[in-house]
Amino acid sequence: MQKPISLKDRLAAWLPQLVLTPSILAVFVGVYLFIAWTAVISFSSSKMLPRYDFVGLEQYIRLWSTPRWITAVENLFLFTVLFLAITIAVGLFMAILLDQKVRAEGVLRAVYLYPMALSFIVTGTAWKWILNPSLGIQKVVNDLGWHSFVFDWITRPEFAIYCVVIAAVWQSTGFAMAIFLAGLRGIDNSIIKAAQIEGASLTRIYLSIIVPMLRPAFLSVIVLLSYISIKSFDLVLALTNAGPGSATEMPSTFMFSATFRRNQMGVGAASAMMMLMTVAAIIIPYLYSELKEDRNGH
Amino acid sequence: MATDLRSARRAQNWGRLFIYGSLAAMAAFYLMPLWVMIVTSLKSLDEIYSGSFIGLPKAVTFDAWAKAWGTACIGTKCEGLKPYFVNSLVMVIPAVILSSGIGAINGYVLTKWRFKGSNIVFGMLLFGCFLPFQAVILPMAQVLGRLGLSGTIPGLVLVHTVYGIAFTTLFFRNYFITIPDELTKAAQIDGAGFFRIFFSIMLPAALPIIVVSCIWQFTQIWNDFLFGVSFTAGDSTPVTVALNNIVNVTMGRKQYNVDMASAMIAAIPTLVVYVVAGRYFVRGLTAGAVKG
Repeated sequence: MQKPISLKDRLAAWLPQLVLTPSILAVFVGVYLFIAWTAVISFSSSKMLPRYDFVGLEQYIRLWSTPRWITAVENLFLFTVLFLAITIAVGLFMAILLDQKVRAEGVLRAVYLYPMALSFIVTGTAWKWILNPSLGIQKVVNDLGWHSFVFDWITRPEFAIYCVVIAAVWQSTGFAMAIFLAGLRGIDNSIIKAAQIEGASLTRIYLSIIVPMLRPAFLSVIVLLSYISIKSFDLVLALTNAGPGSATEMPSTFMFSATFRRNQMGVGAASAMMMLMTVAAIIIPYLYSELKEDRNGH
Repeated sequence: MATDLRSARRAQNWGRLFIYGSLAAMAAFYLMPLWVMIVTSLKSLDEIYSGSFIGLPKAVTFDAWAKAWGTACIGTKCEGLKPYFVNSLVMVIPAVILSSGIGAINGYVLTKWRFKGSNIVFGMLLFGCFLPFQAVILPMAQVLGRLGLSGTIPGLVLVHTVYGIAFTTLFFRNYFITIPDELTKAAQIDGAGFFRIFFSIMLPAALPIIVVSCIWQFTQIWNDFLFGVSFTAGDSTPVTVALNNIVNVTMGRKQYNVDMASAMIAAIPTLVVYVVAGRYFVRGLTAGAVKG
């Protein structure tokens, strides 16, 4: 009688780890092993099918001498800077206004946030129609009497990237607003009251007291929006299909077309590794600091 | 003194006007695309080409909706979005249940049954939340092919479950950490085992976070495009891929009303979830930013 019980006990002691094992395995294979696998492909001469030879950095050299990739990297940089700056500015402005004890706050918040629930394909489809110069916004303004008004960015290679910025900002501002609002609600009201008694103006109070206190919220918003912008793929595809020409190519669309359309699997894998390294350089320090604070906090 | 007060009151009124004016203008901007989508989908093609963009339809017609749902052509098939909408449903339901269920039990182990190295495991899982999927789609395509799952809905369910675990585990871990350990310790002393505690103490207490996790996963998986377009083709694509195919048809006169109706059809499930349970949706959104 003694033995089976002890076996059962031993099993019970291992049960938690046992239950967690499939997930650990799935994530280990699906994330870490697959990343290594992509890295291996990026060092091989793979074209249409994976080949497991070793050609060193050849694919990376080819990647960085492809003009399309250079365009993609430049676009990503321009897009990220504008997207972050505008989304943060508008999101913070919204959050501050909403924090002034306004009526119908719940409704307004819902209106600002609903785009986050939509697929980027839906957003892209809608904005493609709105930005269409012959039937969209431009036509509406022309019909109102301003005949010289021109808003044809989506058809012009040097401006199309700004259309992607507009649609992306529309989709993501509510998200920034929600995080800033949560941050504002966490600030002690007595600080503001004290500053007001000292005679500081509301603008002053916000700029020199409140905004600096929102540092953690800023950090979160910056990291998460950067992550959104690096992986933005569906929006570009639906809105401009990386065009006109390759004017709105992004690393994500480059990776996809190199791999699945142009039979350059090695170059595609190399571009995927570049994307991964960029994300890792932003995310790992962020996660590290979040977890460390967490440990100190408890 | 009286004039001071009056000018202060006036400044305050201007301030309120500025606040409400700005908020209303922004609300209009955020609602405009939805408005344009709805009114365009209810117009006839002739009315659209005669230059009606933002106004109400002269004559409301549901033809575009009927066409988008049942007869619009995608590739060589003209069956509308309906079969792809069904694909998305068949994909999203098991994937949401599996990933949320696994996340719940992972969160339980990582908070109430900590072991040496459990923090490292959590850290490793967490990076999965921020993985750029481009870095794994090539190997995933190979593996799906070898498992005989490439181009199938079960293949997509598997992929969404694997990459959903990171987020669902984060949700449940951050929630369960707020439930006092004494509760589980007491249950253990009373003789309750690992699963007994999970099902009769943890899960009933976790209802809000179950809702958050399911809504988050539903929105993410329904809206996914990259996995759908990379791993499926033809009949088995999800609705987002089919929508993109409808919109990118270049033959003939562009049917903007059908495009907009299709976009609305693809958007309705997540919009309904948002309207019904927006509060939980926002919690899911900010969970990536707020530590437990």
